[in-house]
Amino acid sequence: MNKLVECNNLTIAYDKNIVLEKVNFEIYEGEYLCVAGENGSGKSTLIKSILGLKSPSTGSIEFFGFRKNEIGYLPQQTAVQKDFPAGVFEIALSGCLNRSGWRPFYSKEDKLLAKINLELMGVYGLRKRCFCQLSGGEQRRVLLARALCSARKLLVLDEPVSGLDPAAAREFYTTMRYINQNRHMTILMVTHDIDLALHDADRVLYVKGGTAHCSTAEEFRKSEETQKWMGGQNNA
Amino acid sequence: MLESVLTMFSYPFLIRALIAGVSVALASSLLGTTLVLKRYSMIGDGLSHVSFGCLAVAAALNWAPLALTLPVVSAAAFLLLKLNNNKKIFGDAAIALITCAALAVGVIVISVTTGMNVDVYNYMFGSILSITKTDMIVSVTISSSVILVFVLLFHRIFAVTFDEPFSKATGLKTGAYQTLFALSTAVTIVIGMRLVGALLISGLLIFPPLSAMRVCKTFKSTTIFSAILSVLCFFAGLVLSFLANLPAGATVIVMNAAVFCCLFAFGKLVYLIRQYKTKGKTIQ
Repeated sequence: MNKLVECNNLTIAYDKNIVLEKVNFEIYEGEYLCVAGENGSGKSTLIKSILGLKSPSTGSIEFFGFRKNEIGYLPQQTAVQKDFPAGVFEIALSGCLNRSGWRPFYSKEDKLLAKINLELMGVYGLRKRCFCQLSGGEQRRVLLARALCSARKLLVLDEPVSGLDPAAAREFYTTMRYINQNRHMTILMVTHDIDLALHDADRVLYVKGGTAHCSTAEEFRKSEETQKWMGGQNNA
Repeated sequence: MLESVLTMFSYPFLIRALIAGVSVALASSLLGTTLVLKRYSMIGDGLSHVSFGCLAVAAALNWAPLALTLPVVSAAAFLLLKLNNNKKIFGDAAIALITCAALAVGVIVISVTTGMNVDVYNYMFGSILSITKTDMIVSVTISSSVILVFVLLFHRIFAVTFDEPFSKATGLKTGAYQTLFALSTAVTIVIGMRLVGALLISGLLIFPPLSAMRVCKTFKSTTIFSAILSVLCFFAGLVLSFLANLPAGATVIVMNAAVFCCLFAFGKLVYLIRQYKTKGKTIQ
């Protein structure tokens, strides 16, 4: 498999508080990589630095054979103010901007892409509605459709199922598996929902105690650490 | 009445006022949508006070007003828009600081040099009826470039306003758009100040978008509607000020305020009717 992203000796700090230290890992093309760990362990910080939203104190992040504008991103929370006039279709389309180069307006292909992704997420019927009038779950789907529009190689998801009910979460994981397998999309997902994640993911990046290490999903399931963290659910 | 409106436009100075005013009203209403949504409603006020201070200093030094005002106000706009990212001094507090300081400097410089006179009054409340042909050409040129930049970058401005981290993470050059936006805001305020004055320019920036937001659901419709409202209010305000012999800048802003109140009431009414309807459905 081709390497897409390589992180070398990454140290990330807020002011002088070191969150993560000497993190090394790679992301390979076409894989489904889960980032797991406790609250406040630095999972979101780690992916923010991959996305260029937080610059690391030391170390490097290298991209191989792809550029930043081939990334799709679903933020953990988008705090949109209550009266922001933004249409659902407008938002999904805005995901296409990173492929339009210097072109000032959207092309027919862009509009088609937005339509396809809204349909995939089951919210095409809401396309004329105002974003702020939607429910939390519907908003997540619209933002995910936007992320799918902007993703060509790598899709980064920060706690995608928070705010979704269990049925919707299961449906979401099915969609992700479909995208991973049929669109050959590399997926990097931060999640708490470790059971479902282990089911689908190829590998797990476990963030704990200021550092992170990778293992395959199988290894991760068997490790003592996981057993302890999951409260012995697997023994039952 | 129609006759007096026709007489009104037989005066060349009123034609000049109309052309310059409409172009500035259009440019400021476009920029205003993003400013309001980014919680920068007061930036127009802050920057106009900075340009007031600059004009006072320029007058004291006998410099051309725009030569000093444009760069300083652009720098201030850039600084204020960037401060949002730096949470140590909050954006609104920074605007208040700059507003007060610039106004104080302006007042001191004026009192030491010329004293409060007609010029100063014009800086504060605008002098739309006394603008020259050159002023008009400058206003129209600058506003048209701002409008052109806005139209070409429309979708990108929406993306950055709606969700900046997403735009940055997916490879848009958010910093460049912000800089361009700050620059556009600065030049619009500097030229708009000559029309309606330092005290009223933020009205031109924020009233039309806020009115449009009462009834529009998408960014595109809000922007277009706000541009239309801004031009109509400017026209109506200018005519009214001529007919009733009122100060032009203030009348334009009062027009905007009246339209805002109407649309606010209309928006609430639509909301109530919709709620009533959905309730009816659930009962059935």
